[in-house]
Amino acid sequence: MLNYTIRRLLFAIPVLLFISFIIFLILDLAPSDPTGNLPLTIPPEVREKIRQSLGLGEPMYWRYLMWCKQFFINEPLNIWDQWMGTCSFNCEDRLRVVSYVTRSPVVDLIVERLPQTLWVVGMSYVVGILIAIPIGVISAYRQYSWFDQAGTFVSMVGFSVPPFFSGVLVIVIFSVQLGWFPSIYDTTLKVVDWDTFVLQLKQMVLPVMVLALQTTAQISRFMRASMLDNLNMDYVRTARAKGMKERTVLLVHVLRNSLIPVVTVIALGVPSVFGGAIITEQVFKVNGIGQLLIIGIQGGDAPLVQTLTFIFAVLIVLANLIADILYGILDPRIRYD
Amino acid sequence: MPDGAPKVLDVRNLNTVFRTRTGEVHAVNRVSFDLEKGELLGVVGESGSGKSVTMMSLIRLIPSPPAEIRSGQVLFDGMDLLEVDDDTLRDIRGARIGFVFQDPMTSLNPVFTVGFQLREPLMRHMGMNRREADRRAAELLELVGIPDAARRLRDYPHQFSGGMRQRVMIAIALACDPEVLIADEPTTALDVTIQAQILELVRELRQKLGMAIIWITHDLGVIAGIADRVMVMYGGQVVEEAPVRALFKEPRHPYTRALLETIPHVRGKRAERLEVIEGQPPILGAAPTACPFRDRCAAAVEICGRENPALREVGARHRVACHLSDTGAGSGAAPEPEGAHV
Ligand SMILES: Nc1ncnc2c1ncn2[C@@H]1O[C@H](COP(=O)(O)OP(=O)(O)OP(=O)(O)O)[C@@H](O)[C@H]1O
Ligand SMILES: [Mg+2]
Repeated sequence: MLNYTIRRLLFAIPVLLFISFIIFLILDLAPSDPTGNLPLTIPPEVREKIRQSLGLGEPMYWRYLMWCKQFFINEPLNIWDQWMGTCSFNCEDRLRVVSYVTRSPVVDLIVERLPQTLWVVGMSYVVGILIAIPIGVISAYRQYSWFDQAGTFVSMVGFSVPPFFSGVLVIVIFSVQLGWFPSIYDTTLKVVDWDTFVLQLKQMVLPVMVLALQTTAQISRFMRASMLDNLNMDYVRTARAKGMKERTVLLVHVLRNSLIPVVTVIALGVPSVFGGAIITEQVFKVNGIGQLLIIGIQGGDAPLVQTLTFIFAVLIVLANLIADILYGILDPRIRYD
Repeated sequence: MPDGAPKVLDVRNLNTVFRTRTGEVHAVNRVSFDLEKGELLGVVGESGSGKSVTMMSLIRLIPSPPAEIRSGQVLFDGMDLLEVDDDTLRDIRGARIGFVFQDPMTSLNPVFTVGFQLREPLMRHMGMNRREADRRAAELLELVGIPDAARRLRDYPHQFSGGMRQRVMIAIALACDPEVLIADEPTTALDVTIQAQILELVRELRQKLGMAIIWITHDLGVIAGIADRVMVMYGGQVVEEAPVRALFKEPRHPYTRALLETIPHVRGKRAERLEVIEGQPPILGAAPTACPFRDRCAAAVEICGRENPALREVGARHRVACHLSDTGAGSGAAPEPEGAHV
C-alpha cells in the first residue's frame, strides 16, 4: 500500500506539471488585460508601461518558467523560512508569485481566505455527508415507505435546484421574512466567547444549508442504491441465520460493504464542492477563495488565477489518490502491489 | 431409527407464497413433516420444487416482501416458530437451529475476516468474550478440517477456495451446537472428493453431537448413503416420504420412481441412455387444485386433474400423495421399482 501510494504520488508530478502548463496556455490565450479595470483617463502608453513592468513583455515560455520557479521553489522555501524563522538562500531578493492587481503575494491572499471557505464549504460537506448516510441507510431499509418517498423528493429538489436559486430563496425566507439569520457572512467576526460563537454559527447556517442540500441529495442517493444492492446479498441472509440483531446486520454487515463505493464518491466530490462554492460564496458574500477566483478573473490577474486553478487541480489529483487508497483499505479483496 | 423418538421439529401445513409483479407464485403448498431427534432427513426434488423456500420459511429467513408465509405451524420445543416474536426467533437462529446455504461463494461477507464471522454467533449466543470465541472458532475450523486453523481465522473469505468456504459455513452453523442443522445442498457446488469429505464430516459430527439434520440435495446417491428418512418434493408439495430403505425398495409415487430411474447405474449393466423425466416442473400461479405432476405422469387418470391428492399412510412411516397409491391400483400400472440396487 505504501509503495503504491509513493508510486502514485511520483506519477502525479508530471501530470500536475502538464496541467499547470495547460492552465497557463489557456490563460495566456484569453484576451484579458490586467490594465482593463484602470480608469479610462490613463493613456495607452502608460498602460503599455504598466504591462511591461508586470513582465508581460517577456515571451510566454519565459513567463511560465518564472511562475514555475516562483511557485514550486520560492514559495516552499518561503514557507520553510517563515516556520523556522531563518533566511536561507538570500531570502531578501526571492521573487514570489505576486498578484497583478494588488501586488501582494498570491499565496498570502489564498491563506488569508482559505479559513472562510473551509469553514463554510468544508462544514457543509461534512454536514451533508452526516445527514446523507443515515438517510440513505433508512431509505434503503424501508424502501418505498413514506420516509423513502420524502427522501426521494428532497433529493430531487437538491439535485435540480441550483445553489444560486436556493441561496436567494433561503435568504428571502430566513433573513428577509423571518429575520432569523444574517444574509451576509461577516468575515471580520472573531470567535472569542460564547456570544460570538453563536453569531458565527448563525451566519454559517444559510450557506451551509444551501451547500449541504446539494451534497445530501447526491450522497444519500448513492448510499441508498448501494445499500439496496447489498441488502439482497446472500451474506445478509447468513448474518440473519446466525441470529444477529437486525441492527448488527444493517450497521455492521451491510453498511461496511455499502460504504465502499460511497466513500469513493465522497472523496472524488471534494474538489467539485470547492468549485460549486464559488457561486454560493458570491450569494452570501463570503470572501473565500471562490470569490477570490472571480475577482482574479475579472481583473485579468493571471498569476492569481493560475495559482488558484492549479491548487484546484492538485486537490482533484489528491482526491483521486485518496479515493483509491480508501477503496483498498475498505475492501480486503483489493490489493495494490 | 427407533419409532416414536421425540420430535425436535414438527411442521404442519406450511404455505408460502411469493407476490411478484406478474402475480403470485405458490412455492410451498401444505407441506407437513417432522424431524426426530438425531435423525437425518434427506430432501430431494428437482430444481424449483420448493426445497429451499420451505426450509427458509421454517425460521422465517425468507425475504418478505416478496414472500409471505400464508399459514402453517412450525413447532420447535413447544413454540410455534411462525408465531414467536423476533427476539425469541433470533435467539433460536444460529444457536439452536443452524443453517448452511446453497452457495458458499456468496454466503460469507467479503469484507470481514472468517474469524470475525465465526466469532459473531459465539459471542451473541454463548456469551463468550473475544478471546474465548477466538479459541472456540479455531477449534471449529479444525473440526471441519481446515488446516492451520488459528492462522486462517485472520483471512478473508476470498482467500479460501469454494470447498473451504463451505466448510467455514458449516463451522458457523455448528458453532453453538445446534439441535437442528439445515443444510441446503451443501455439497452441490463442490467437486466429488470434497463432497465425500464433507459427507464423512457430517456423519462424524452427527455421531459426536447427536443433532438432527435436514439435508437437501439433488443427489440420490448421497441420500442413500447418509439419510435415515427421505422426503420427496414436487411443485412445492411433499409427494412422498419414507424411511430410506423403503423409498428405494418400494417407491410409491410415480415421480419418485421416475427420479430413481434417472440415477445412472454405476454397478451392473450400463444403461442404454440416461433416463430423463419428460416435461417441465410447474410454476404455480395459484394454490394447486389438481395433482401437480399429472402432466408428466404416465399413469394419470381422470381424478388427477380434478383433485389434489393428500398425503396418506401406505406403510410403516411411509406416506405418499397419489390417487393411485391407496388401492394398489397404481402399483400395477407403474413399472417395477428400479432403484432397489442403488
Ligand atoms: N424471490 C422469489 N420471487 C419469486 N419466486 C421465487 C423467489 N424465490 C423462489 N421463488 C420460486 O419458488 C419456487 C421454489 O424455489 P426454491 O428455491 O425453493 O427451489 P429449490 O427446490 O430449492 O430449487 P434448487 O434445487 O434449484 O435449489 C420456484 O418456483 C421459484 O420460482
Ligand atoms: Mg434451493
